[in-house]
Amino acid sequence: MKPAPFAYRRPGSLSEALAALAGEANAKVLAGGQSLVPLLSMRLAAPALLVDINGLPDLAAIEVTDDGVRVGALARHADVLAHEEARRVQPLLAMALHHVAHATIRNRGTTVGSIVHADAAAEMPVVLILLGGSVEVESTAGRRTIAADDLFLGPLESSLHHDEIAVQAFFPALPPGAGVAFDEIARRHGDYALCGVAALLRLDPDGAVVEARAGFLSVNELPTVVDLTAAVAGGVDDVSLAAAGEAALTGLDPEGDIHATAAYRAQLVRVLTARVLRAAYDDALARSAAASTGPSTERTR
Amino acid sequence: MTEELHEVRLSVNGTTREVRVPARRLLSDALRHDLGLTGTHVGCEHGVCGACTILVDGRPMRSCLLFAVSAVGTEITTVEGLTNPDGSLGHVQQAFAECHGLQCGFCTPGFLTTITAGLRENPSPTHDEARDMIAGNLCRCTGYQNIVKAVERAAVLGLDTVAARPTRPTNESARDEGAS
Repeated sequence: MKPAPFAYRRPGSLSEALAALAGEANAKVLAGGQSLVPLLSMRLAAPALLVDINGLPDLAAIEVTDDGVRVGALARHADVLAHEEARRVQPLLAMALHHVAHATIRNRGTTVGSIVHADAAAEMPVVLILLGGSVEVESTAGRRTIAADDLFLGPLESSLHHDEIAVQAFFPALPPGAGVAFDEIARRHGDYALCGVAALLRLDPDGAVVEARAGFLSVNELPTVVDLTAAVAGGVDDVSLAAAGEAALTGLDPEGDIHATAAYRAQLVRVLTARVLRAAYDDALARSAAASTGPSTERTR
Repeated sequence: MTEELHEVRLSVNGTTREVRVPARRLLSDALRHDLGLTGTHVGCEHGVCGACTILVDGRPMRSCLLFAVSAVGTEITTVEGLTNPDGSLGHVQQAFAECHGLQCGFCTPGFLTTITAGLRENPSPTHDEARDMIAGNLCRCTGYQNIVKAVERAAVLGLDTVAARPTRPTNESARDEGAS
């Protein structure tokens, strides 16, 4: 349970970090390390070089505008979770972050690191896809933006090149008329979910559902978003929510493992889809009501 | 091949210590093996059990998921740093003793550090908040009931300690959750 030897660099600037990465094809970036260090200790990964970006505090910024939330590569989950402005502009962030491991892990783990680690059992990748977000990556060759839809290639595999650092993730703001919700079921508190669902549901000014999408973690090999608008466009009730659960399964392929059979996972998809879509609908109604009565109404979850 | 060694200056329990370690030295091992601070226990060594929890700049973190080389510039507190300056038990330790919050004691250092930070953030937790505070730590002896009692007892002892110091306000419970 000790990592294999590796060379270590702790650059004092981003350009230095990028140069170090460019010089070694078998290198990994160390930010929070809450997923990477166990992989190293179990010798599931043995990079030749670790480039530690913890000496680059500029990367820890969290910027909130009306457009959305920009989370820097070194921003810890706990800091994003506690960020009141971020919660206001995109409430799904905090809803999902509550489910990321335990508080102790969130104190060190980074949101951007969790995204580019590309684990289908993680919360933040699917949140990024559901919201239509993106990741800004940089190498010595320059910067580019990768849309969330193009980021995840396979289990623990992202479309970042080996010489690129994900410097920032962008989570778009909640659109007017929209509501969001998140829930997951795990064997133990803080453990990997057997199934998790994030949902975004948008109402038109007359209260009709014009958009309903749900993102699923721990179901497929990749975080997967399914459009469920058709199932609930006629109204949100027990019947349409049950139909949404079935519709979700047409876009998914639940797999069995030692934690849950495929049939049980499918049942979790049905139940959680209905539960989370209803919560997102209630959230949209509450936000619409709050918006029409005045902007100062404070909601926490 | 000889492995490269790094000179690392760590600030542990208010004292600056220097170690010469390979980059792969886990902070938990650096504390125990290089610095002789064996109060920090290592259980699962992959971040699940919580026994190795220490405070980094006041925040609980798993020392088995940190490299010693990456901990430069931080202020580390281990269980050895939780006693009072006169050597008597700190209020969380005292509460564990009073409530029988431990049996074998293996998990205890991780609980003590986690609860110390938890009570700093939330000095008067509800019963549910007390349970939530320790949700990331495993104990195989106690069944947790007495540890939850110890959290609540430590909160009382902590408030008494604060009250005994005239310069500090005793009741900040109106603060928002999440603010720290």
